[in-house]
Amino acid sequence: MKEIAVVAFSQSDCLAQAGAANEVELIMPQLQAVFGQVGLNNAQDVDFVCSGSCDYLQGAAFAFVAGVDALGAVPPIKESHVEMDAAWALYEAILKIRMGHAESALIYGFGKSSSGELPIVLSQQLDPYYLAPLWLDSVSLAAMQARLLLDRGLATERTMAEVVVRARRNAIGNPHAQVSGEFSLAELLAADTVVSPLRQSDCAPVADGAAAMIICSVEKAREWGVPYALLSGIDHRIETHNLGMRDLTDSVSTRQAATAAGAGRGPVEVAELYAPFSHQEIILTRALGLGNDTLVNPSGGVMAGNLMMASGLSRIGEVFRRIVSGDIARGLAHATAGPCLQHNLVAVLESA
Amino acid sequence: MTQAENLSQAFELGFTYTRSTGPVVGRFLSALRERRIFGIRASDGRVIVPPAEYDPDTAAALDEFVEVGQCGSIVSWCWVKQPRAAHPLQQPFAWAMIRLDGADVPMVHCVAAAAEEQLATGARVRVVWAEEPRGYITDIRCFELLGETVGETASPAGGSGAAGDLPTPGDVAAVTRIDAPIYLHYNFTAGAAPARFLTRIREGVLTGQRCPRCANVYIPPRGSCPACGVATDEEVVLPDKATVQSFTVVAIPIPNNPIKPPFVIANLVLDGANISFIHLMSECQNSEVHIGQRVQAVWKPEAQWTYAMDNIRYFRPIDEPDVPVERIGKLPITGWEG
Repeated sequence: MKEIAVVAFSQSDCLAQAGAANEVELIMPQLQAVFGQVGLNNAQDVDFVCSGSCDYLQGAAFAFVAGVDALGAVPPIKESHVEMDAAWALYEAILKIRMGHAESALIYGFGKSSSGELPIVLSQQLDPYYLAPLWLDSVSLAAMQARLLLDRGLATERTMAEVVVRARRNAIGNPHAQVSGEFSLAELLAADTVVSPLRQSDCAPVADGAAAMIICSVEKAREWGVPYALLSGIDHRIETHNLGMRDLTDSVSTRQAATAAGAGRGPVEVAELYAPFSHQEIILTRALGLGNDTLVNPSGGVMAGNLMMASGLSRIGEVFRRIVSGDIARGLAHATAGPCLQHNLVAVLESA
Repeated sequence: MTQAENLSQAFELGFTYTRSTGPVVGRFLSALRERRIFGIRASDGRVIVPPAEYDPDTAAALDEFVEVGQCGSIVSWCWVKQPRAAHPLQQPFAWAMIRLDGADVPMVHCVAAAAEEQLATGARVRVVWAEEPRGYITDIRCFELLGETVGETASPAGGSGAAGDLPTPGDVAAVTRIDAPIYLHYNFTAGAAPARFLTRIREGVLTGQRCPRCANVYIPPRGSCPACGVATDEEVVLPDKATVQSFTVVAIPIPNNPIKPPFVIANLVLDGANISFIHLMSECQNSEVHIGQRVQAVWKPEAQWTYAMDNIRYFRPIDEPDVPVERIGKLPITGWEG
């Protein structure tokens, strides 16, 4: 089976509102950036393209098809799309390469959530008979999950705020961050709740933007002569949609995915976790068994800005960047989808 | 290049879906109409409310319905200070995971309460029914707090315990489908390139954009050359003369379209452009419309111009020689000399 190399990654700034920019205009600069990192012209120079997005975010039918205008798809290319975060588009692309159907692939994800009321839009991904008719929003669901943690003593409002303080401090070094800076625990805890027990600071700021990545076989990476990181393992698992039947204080699916991806076969120097709410980083850190020797979310994670449909791919991109720059030799990236961490993907990256 | 205005417009994206319930969900919803709540017994004996169709562990089809109580205990909750327009309650309220008496798996619904301080994990709640239950989850309008509190794990048995006279899908009365109205509200933005195009068409000027790589001119522009995958920044002012690339005569009425059939819609390529757009043709014999025909825009009065392609009412034939098929989409901005 072919070994997978990550050779390029780029992410847009996280903007609360991308203003006039449409899908194509959000995607194109990131595609040009990753083509530039490898020395490619356009999508004609890779064997496969896969994207992740959700048209309901911006309410534009077939926005994902419009996105193809950014690729250079004449003559026609092999192209696919997942209605998910682009981390799952990466997964599809990896399968394509491992099956021998491609040597290289472009992956991108984008979202313009500012056009709609995201927490309400996301309510419509829930059970269509029992939950969607109630318009149960994503923030409220996360708040009930946080309460379970608080009630069981697995988190406190203080430990949740500590996640935010550290993330925003880390984000100071992230040029794409929407929110960053030095904040005190007292300052955060002094704020009122928005959907108790969550404060606004516990909720990752939702951002418009895009991210792109190029992967290939190790042989192709050598042929291109570009630095690369090995993507040594990837797996994803999903839990039941019935919230009442899940242990919302744990993330069994994350743990399973990490095991299957081989996370435990070496030290995890950096873990980039997709935790859209502060308490979810606590759940994920525990589920993955990460200790003090692992640096969690050195980019600030999505607390720096949550690019819906691209943040998962960006977590993998952040670990890739740290490996090719020589900062670390091995790291883990996580992506999530669905309410309360329902569906989780873990990828392990290592230096070549 | 002109600066783009940020053109945006509020709109509603909506559809009323019709969903088949299937036998399990249908029986649950049918019972709600009778103001009764049924769960289903899983393979391990747990009672799941609302009922699941398949066992979460074994995937076995489930069919043992169990009536549960109309009171329960809060397993977790959150307090919504500012309800959203779509929410079922418009006063501050709680969402809660509620374990109904006799059930093992909590369900999620809303709880009406006067203040957050009244809520607590373990608090006891009771169903408030809609005035006219119709076979929807919203037949449970909300839950309300009772005065008592029990330990979080306590789950007193409730209800009759047996399915009794629960309607089955064959019954006339059984719920077999629901309407699911989904109406979402957005503020759509045109995109930078379309916004520049629309800003100019408001002034009666047609502007395309040229690809820096292949030099094709696109109108209306979307900001990229789809063939090359590069941004198209150079703007090109185009005339309002065009050539028919293809057309159809619409003979059937289109819902919500005010134009009465028969009428002609055509793919038209402006002089100097390399890609067609769709517009109407008029002031012509429908039977004489043909590929290669030369046409020109008929504009609305200037006072009516707005950010829209229908500032042009339609295109009408002009007295110029036909363009051979192989030249369509390849004419210079200066037009067709024949």
